[in-house]
Amino acid sequence: MTTKMMGAKVQRVEDDRLVRGTGRYVDDVAPDALHAAVLRSPHAHARIVSIDVDAVLDVEGVHAVWTHEDLEGAMAEPLPLLIPHPTLTHGRTQYALAKDEVNHVGEAIAFVVADDRYVAEDALARIVVEYELLPAVVGIEAARTATHLVHDDVPGNVAARMEQSNGDAAAAIAAAPHTLSLDLKIERSACMPMEGRGTVARWDPDQNRLQVWTSTQTSTGVRAAVAAKLGLDLGQVDVITPDVGGGFGVKIVHPWPEELLVPLAAQRLGRAVKFTEDRREHFISSAHERAQMHHVEVGFDDEGRVLGLDVRFWHDHGAYTPYGLIVPIITSTQLLGPYKPGAYHVQFDSLYTNTVIVTPYRGAGRPQGCFVMERTMDAIAAELGKDRADVRAVNFIQPDEFPYDQGLIFQDGRELKYDSGDYPAMLAKIKELVDWDHFEDFRAAKAAEGKRVGLGLACYVEGTGVGPYEGAHVHIETSGKVKVATGLTSQGQGHQTAFAQIVADELGVRFEDVEITTGDTRRMPYAVGTFASRAAVMSGSAIHLAAKRTKEKALRIAADALEADVDDLEIVDGVVSVKGTDSSIPLGTVAVLSNPLRYAFDEASKAATQFNVGDPTKPPVAEDDEPGLEGKDFYSPPRSTFASGMHAVIVETDVETAEIRILKYAVVHDCGHLINPMIVEGQIHGGVAQGVGGALYERMAYDESGQLLNASFMDFLMPYVTEVPASIEIDHLETPSPLNPLGIKGAGEAGVIPGSAAFAAAIEDAERLPITAMPISPSELFALRATHAPHAQESK
Amino acid sequence: MTEQTHEIRLSVNGVEHEAAVPARRLLSDALRHDLGLTGTHVGCEHGVCGACTVLVDGQPMRSCLMFAVSAAGHEITTVEGLARPDGELGPVQQAFRECHGLQCGFCTPGFLTTITAGIAENPDPTEDEARDMVAGNLCRCTGYQNIVKAVCRAAEIARESEAVR
Amino acid sequence: MKPAPFDYVRPGTLEEALQALAGHPEAKVLAGGQSLVPLLSMRLAAPAVLVDINDLPDLDHVRVVADGVRIGALARHAAVLRDPDVARVQPLVPLALANVAHATIRNRGTTVGSLVHADAAAEMPMVLRLLEGSLDVAGPGGRRTIPADELYVGPLESSLHHDEIAVEAFFPALPGGSGVAFEEIARRHGDYAMCGVAAVVAVEGDRVVKASAGYLSVSDIPTVVDLTEALDGSVDDTALAAAADVALEQLDPETDIHATADYRAHLARVLTARVVTAAYENAREEQQS
Ligand SMILES: Cc1cc2nc3c(=O)[nH]c(=O)nc-3n(C[C@H](O)[C@H](O)[C@H](O)COP(=O)(O)OP(=O)(O)OC[C@H]3O[C@@H](n4cnc5c(N)ncnc54)[C@H](O)[C@@H]3O)c2cc1C
Ligand code: FES
Ligand code: FES
Repeated sequence: MTTKMMGAKVQRVEDDRLVRGTGRYVDDVAPDALHAAVLRSPHAHARIVSIDVDAVLDVEGVHAVWTHEDLEGAMAEPLPLLIPHPTLTHGRTQYALAKDEVNHVGEAIAFVVADDRYVAEDALARIVVEYELLPAVVGIEAARTATHLVHDDVPGNVAARMEQSNGDAAAAIAAAPHTLSLDLKIERSACMPMEGRGTVARWDPDQNRLQVWTSTQTSTGVRAAVAAKLGLDLGQVDVITPDVGGGFGVKIVHPWPEELLVPLAAQRLGRAVKFTEDRREHFISSAHERAQMHHVEVGFDDEGRVLGLDVRFWHDHGAYTPYGLIVPIITSTQLLGPYKPGAYHVQFDSLYTNTVIVTPYRGAGRPQGCFVMERTMDAIAAELGKDRADVRAVNFIQPDEFPYDQGLIFQDGRELKYDSGDYPAMLAKIKELVDWDHFEDFRAAKAAEGKRVGLGLACYVEGTGVGPYEGAHVHIETSGKVKVATGLTSQGQGHQTAFAQIVADELGVRFEDVEITTGDTRRMPYAVGTFASRAAVMSGSAIHLAAKRTKEKALRIAADALEADVDDLEIVDGVVSVKGTDSSIPLGTVAVLSNPLRYAFDEASKAATQFNVGDPTKPPVAEDDEPGLEGKDFYSPPRSTFASGMHAVIVETDVETAEIRILKYAVVHDCGHLINPMIVEGQIHGGVAQGVGGALYERMAYDESGQLLNASFMDFLMPYVTEVPASIEIDHLETPSPLNPLGIKGAGEAGVIPGSAAFAAAIEDAERLPITAMPISPSELFALRATHAPHAQESK
Repeated sequence: MTEQTHEIRLSVNGVEHEAAVPARRLLSDALRHDLGLTGTHVGCEHGVCGACTVLVDGQPMRSCLMFAVSAAGHEITTVEGLARPDGELGPVQQAFRECHGLQCGFCTPGFLTTITAGIAENPDPTEDEARDMVAGNLCRCTGYQNIVKAVCRAAEIARESEAVR
Repeated sequence: MKPAPFDYVRPGTLEEALQALAGHPEAKVLAGGQSLVPLLSMRLAAPAVLVDINDLPDLDHVRVVADGVRIGALARHAAVLRDPDVARVQPLVPLALANVAHATIRNRGTTVGSLVHADAAAEMPMVLRLLEGSLDVAGPGGRRTIPADELYVGPLESSLHHDEIAVEAFFPALPGGSGVAFEEIARRHGDYAMCGVAAVVAVEGDRVVKASAGYLSVSDIPTVVDLTEALDGSVDDTALAAAADVALEQLDPETDIHATADYRAHLARVLTARVVTAAYENAREEQQS
């Protein structure tokens, strides 16, 4: 028997080429390409009075310079609003190149194609734009006040107002024995993958086809957008996603202006054209996330049980809304986490500001929701003088209550109904991992050394694997090698490995013989994309189903060839045999038999001649059959599956300097069955590091005029190894999902979600002063100490 | 207005290359676009991320902060030069694979070159020294946990293969 | 992010280099490039000519002389940091250098380049001033020595003339009976600090006879403060508080995205106490040995 691959810590098949430097990222392809550069607005809000490109025309090596005037048809129209929503009454999107007005620093105004990027940038420097400055709206307060408007035709800067409720929260709060209200704030951060955006396109005049390589999380989405905007048939456009240097959400947005302009230039100029975003551009012209202000009203009983919860929040979505309301909808629903409040009401406004657009960043609204809910739990515990874990425990949904309906509509338009989980067991694990019950001893010991420490806990539930579908195609070649294609893309999650594990198990072939292709529309034209921790659940399930189909066909043909019953067959290491006998046939030979061809090419074909399959009185390919040993299937779940987790962190806050040091970080995580624990733990590590960044280091610092003051790695402080915990202790819980054949749940985003919540709790616990805004720097902690009675109630 | 180019000889991974480049051509761009050695990556072009790190005469340096013209006459090693002569993965490459020290792989070349020089200087690093060795490189995917493990493992592999020889 | 075009020369002698500089009002020296190249790539600077001094002979030395350490213009931070003689003669140099950027940057960046770059957030300009060192520069009219306290004239501005090349820095040796210490607080390890302080303390018996501290990132040029009087011989809490008061009078911290002026001032206070105490203890140890 081949050992089972599912659940094994299999080394990644991706790594060999990546560690040799022979990976292929988008900037690595088409070395002969011309290079594009984009003139970007230096102002946050301005009317474009005129653009003069004359001085560019005589720069040697420049092939094209375009402004909005040079665009025609659909290209001259605004970019698509990808995810409309009935409450998004005032959705707006930008143009590929700005028409008349710019709404954030970094908005694309002109596009230059030149021999290389150096010359292209020289050309940009010669374009003269006359602006009429308009007042900039920066920050949630300015957007709410609405003294100035981002878009003239959007009153109050409000793009959408949405409301949901389950029960009568106001009445429940009014009747509750205890109430509290809190104001909580999270600032802007961003995905910041190490590779920025990039697109290469080549027009093939011989075939009338466009080939596009792009660093995206959705190749099928880009394909449809390019075809629509350029007026091409879908069949004329191929989109290939090469190796991608990280995404974390930002690369799900499509089409970026450059994703359209580059193909258009390739077509118009008849040359390969490349755009490689630089780091400054990534800061000012891709996407950010996280900025929200929240007001919470909560009513609870003596045990800390939440009777009514009312949350009102304001979401800063930047200058445009191409990705709809996904982020605030997720906050408003996933905020509930593992808890079951008696009644819940939520309302949010999604607001325009003259800043970079906001689209999902790993966690996508959940870090904010988790921060709000967990800060509320801590506040309740503090109010009642109860243990913070106990207050959480009384609010948990219990294991016997699944499926649990939260009575809300989730981001995918489906019911927010949790499929499975075991929160009490998880709490027990995290308490053990962080030694919760003995923390006061630790605190006392540290205090004796003059040190101040604190412990924080945060719990979350994450809807993963949202629909609508993913598909897979499995093809067993006559060599016995298995070629699998799925349409969504990979950005480092090890899909080629994890998916091959699934195929190896289901088909009974050697892991080494399976090759997975992702994100190539030539191989799988139907797909949605990689976001919302959905890849493993969606494509993993689809691949499992497609492999199963392929296996069924292989067994049917093999049974015929071996003159045996299907039920007596097994496949081991790529060979079908009749159990308990030495009668067997390799899958490669079965593949030959599956295709009644006249010609023989290889050893497998020759070997196949010894077998007879099919009924000679019937057509060689039966009516309900197809030639080839292939299987295709799609997986489309009724709704999301809900992963969960709890993080605990111990920090030391320097008594003198207010520096915040991480002493311990612990994670308990439940993503159902694990395909490859090594990969899942890697995802958690990366998520935790981003959580540390979001809690203690990273923020987008805009000034009042809308200039981003820290648009570089020098000043946007992503953690180095020296800023992350020296070790991350991880424990798993596996409550399988009943919704998919493998019992898996998504794991991609989890690690980042509770970061800000857990750190805020730990710092509050150390400092005994309320932490209501994240991220927090030593300078800010110092300022908080100054405004609060210093370490006053050093009581209990 | 034709820009003047300089004829330079670059010695990369033991191979001599000739190229004509403008003075302003960054070494990172020359490696990637003039010599086709795309293993060296560019993540920031202002010296902070370390993705572009190559060895110059054995010392790790940022190739985005050097001009190709200045690199002429020095021996450059890029990630493509880290495999063993027989084509097997070098110790650091092997350790990254074993320890799951990479995810998207974009930062990886800079770590591999940095660590290669690091363990040559300190063949038996403690975990703290391992952390210090990679303290100037950014990775957005891995949270560094497995990279630190990979440093120690790489040193171990290198010591073992040294012992064999 | 690509530099604008420039002409490039890499002279083989100092004379040629000086000529190249003299020939172009917009020429600039390129040493390690670790500060200059990012500025070029972001097009925040666009010199017409770059004079690459990396081929100049006999400038990469780190030499211990009778009264201190002489560091050539092409000595990389890493080479200086690694040199055991430097650590012996003037331990403050490696203490500070270990905080300059990351190891990879130090492999290319030059200590002299850092002194010329004149960043008030950088470690070495402050150390040069604190130690009362000097910089030797060569120009069309020959060589001159600029004492450290005449070197820094404004933010990112040194008193070097455009047509001069710094050839050698001099860091005086630590006199007997003295101790040094350095500490800085940065947002991330390896970043420019929010505040950094170095101290030199001389003792006789257990009395402080001379003390001064250098400050980075809390004024627009590297600043040194004489604390001898304020300490009045002692390093007890009262003396340290008095010293910090004196220092703060001469500092002018500003608020930026990483820290408020108040916080920087607070750090200057905390670090003054820490480094003066540590330098005092080192001096006592030195005295006993
Ligand atoms: C990511 C990163 C982090 C950094 N962090 C720090 C830090 O924490 N602390 C710190 O101090 N520095 C830091 N630096 C800067 C680094 O120390 C530089 O090496 C140093 O400031 C300049 O030295 P250089 O040889 O690279 O000079 P260059 O970049 O070549 O030159 C800098 C300036 O000095 C002039 N110049 C250089 N040498 C001479 C000379 N001999 N004669 C006349 N003019 C000359 C140049 O014309 C230029 O104007 C950092 C750099 C980077 C990229
Ligand atoms: S690309 Fe050179 S350090 Fe980031
Ligand atoms: S592996 Fe993706 S940035 Fe390091």
